[in-house]
Amino acid sequence: MSEHGVNDLQNVIYQRPDIMVDRATHFCPGCGHGITQRLVGEVLDELDLKERAICIGSIGCTVTAYEYFKVDGMEAPHGRAPAVATAIKRCHPELVPFAIQGDGDLASIGMAEIVHAAARGENITIIFANNANYGMTGGQLAPTTLMGMYTSSTVKGRKQEHHGFPIRVSEMLATLDGPAYIARVSLHNPANVRKARKAIELAFRAPMAGLGLGLVEVLSMCPINWKVEPVQSLDWMVKNMIPQFPLGEFKCLPEVAEMKKVVKG
Amino acid sequence: MSERTLMGGNIAIAEGAILAGCGAYFGYPITPQNDLLEYMAQQLPALGRVFLQTESELAAINMVYGASATGVRAMTSTSSPGFSLQQEGISYMAGAEAPCVIANIMRAGPGLGNIGGAQGDYMQCTRGGGHGDYYLLTLAPSSVQEMMDLTMLAFELADKYRNPTLIMADGFLGQSVESIVMRDAVKKLPEKKWAITGAKGRPKNLINSFEMNPLDHPARIKLLLEKFERMRINEVRYESMLLDDATIVLVAYGSAARAAMTAMKLARKRNWKVGLLRPITVFPFPNQPLADLAERGCKFLVAEMSGGQMLEDVRISVGNQNEIKLVNTYGGVPLTADQIFESIDLMM
Ligand SMILES: Cc1ncc(C[n+]2csc(CCOP(=O)(O)OP(=O)(O)O)c2C)c(N)n1
Repeated sequence: MSEHGVNDLQNVIYQRPDIMVDRATHFCPGCGHGITQRLVGEVLDELDLKERAICIGSIGCTVTAYEYFKVDGMEAPHGRAPAVATAIKRCHPELVPFAIQGDGDLASIGMAEIVHAAARGENITIIFANNANYGMTGGQLAPTTLMGMYTSSTVKGRKQEHHGFPIRVSEMLATLDGPAYIARVSLHNPANVRKARKAIELAFRAPMAGLGLGLVEVLSMCPINWKVEPVQSLDWMVKNMIPQFPLGEFKCLPEVAEMKKVVKG
Repeated sequence: MSERTLMGGNIAIAEGAILAGCGAYFGYPITPQNDLLEYMAQQLPALGRVFLQTESELAAINMVYGASATGVRAMTSTSSPGFSLQQEGISYMAGAEAPCVIANIMRAGPGLGNIGGAQGDYMQCTRGGGHGDYYLLTLAPSSVQEMMDLTMLAFELADKYRNPTLIMADGFLGQSVESIVMRDAVKKLPEKKWAITGAKGRPKNLINSFEMNPLDHPARIKLLLEKFERMRINEVRYESMLLDDATIVLVAYGSAARAAMTAMKLARKRNWKVGLLRPITVFPFPNQPLADLAERGCKFLVAEMSGGQMLEDVRISVGNQNEIKLVNTYGGVPLTADQIFESIDLMM
C-alpha cells in the first residue's frame, strides 16, 4: 500500500495533489467545492507554493478550505477575505494569499471588499465559487440566484419585482482597471474542469507576477439546494446557469495571455 | 532620551505606535481622529512600513486581522461609529488570538451623534463589544504623554496575551496639545511562532476561531477565559491621588480625570478631604482598590462624559452601603472642574 492507500502502481496518472491533506471533505454529494479545491491543490503543487501560499477560508461551505491544504491558513469573517488577503500581501509580498469565496460571501455581504481590492489591483487570488445560493445556511436567495429559481427564501421563485436581478460579478469587476485576470468557468464536464484548472493557474500567476488581482468565477454544482440528483446537476448547470453566467475570460492583460504558453493542459 | 516636545494627543498615539514597531496601519477617516490617520499616511511608507486608507472601518479591522496573523504589529484607529462597525472583526481576532491595537477616539453617540468628545462607548469597550465570550485589554489615557506611553504598552500587552488591546480616549484628549517626553523606540519585537508566514520547515499554522469538532469549542473558550482572568490578576492599573485621608473619592478617567484633578485641588484648598482614583485600565477595572476605600467608609463621586456607564463598575466594586453620586455631561460636551466641584460641595 502506498501513502495514498492504493496498491503501488507503475504509472500513476491521477492522484491526490501532494499539497492536499489526506482526509475526507465535509461537502455534500455532487458539490462542486471539492473539485474546485482539488484544482487549486493541483495549481499549488504545479507552482510549488507549499511554503508561500496562505489559504484564507471565507464564511460559507468553503470556510474550512484551510483544513484541506498543507499550507498556512486563516479564517476571515463573512465577506472579508479580500481585505484579509490584501493585508497579508502588503505586509509580506513574498507570500501568495488566496481565498475561496462563495457568492453570498463575495457578491452580497462582501461586495465592497472585493470591488475595492480589485480596484486597488491587489496582488491576490480569489476563487469565487458561484452556486447561485447560500449553501451553508440552507439554500437561501443569493445575489446570483437565477430568475424564477426556487430557494428556501424564494419559495415562489425569484421574482424581478421583489428580488431584482442576479449580479454578473465577473463582468462587473472586469470594468475596473485593477484586475489582471478574470474568467468564468464551469465544472459540468471534464473538458470544462480542465479549462477551470488553467484559469485558476493564471489567477495565481498574474498576481504573483505583480500584475494585479486574479479572479476565477467557478460555476459550481449544488445538487442539494438545486433539488436535483448530483448527475442531473450537470445538465442543470448547462441549461440554467451558463445562459445567465456565460463562460469565458473577461479580463486578461497581455502579460497574462503570454503566460498561457507555459500553462499545461 | 528625555527630549521634550509639543504634540497632539492623536499624533502621540501614532508616534507611540511607530516607536513600538507598528508595521502596518489601516484606517478610514472619521473625526476626531483624522490627524492620526494622516500622520500615519505620511510616516509609515517613509519607514518602509504599510499604510492603507481602506474602503471602510470593516475593511480596516479585517486588514489589521490579516496583518496580525502574519505576525506584524498592526493597528487601526477610529471613532465611535467606526468602532461599532469593527466589532465583528475584533471578535474574530479575540477568538483567533490575533493581537492588535485599536484606538477608539470617542465622540458623542448614539447614531451619528456629533463630533464632540465623549465617553459613551465605555460599556462597549470594557465588555468585549462584539459577540461571544471575550474582553479587550482597555487602556484609558488621560494626557498626551499617556497617549504615547499607553500605546506602546498596548502593543506589548497585545502580544503578551495574544489579544486585541484598546486605547480608549475621548475626542478632547485626541485634540489636546501638550508637552511630552519622547520615548525610545522598541528595539526587539517578540518572536511569533504561531504566525502564518508560509509553512517552511514546520507544520502549517492556522489562525482561526472555529473547531471542526464542536465538542472541542468549549476547551478553546476556557483557555480564553483563563487568559482574561490572568489579565484581571496582573494588569490592573490606576493612579491614586490624595486617597490616604480622603473621605470623598472622585473616580474619573480620560479627560474627565483632568477636570476631576482640578476640582480635587479646589476642594483641598478648602481643606475638604477629597482624593481621586483614576482607572488607567478600564478592563480590567480596579475593583479591589475601590472596594478597599468603600470598606473605609468613603463616599464616591463618579465623573464621566456619558450617561453614567463607569458608574456601574464603581457600583459593582463598592456595593450598596456607601453613597455613590454621578456628575456627568453627555452629547459631546466637556466636563468642567466647576461642575465637579459643585457636586463635591453638595456631598460635603
Ligand atoms: C456576519 C454573518 N452573517 C451571516 C452569517 C451566516 N452565513 C454563514 S455562511 C452564509 C452564506 C454562505 O453562502 P455562500 O457565500 O454563497 O457560500 P456557499 O455556502 O453557498 O458555498 C451565511 C449567510 C455569518 N456567518 N456571518
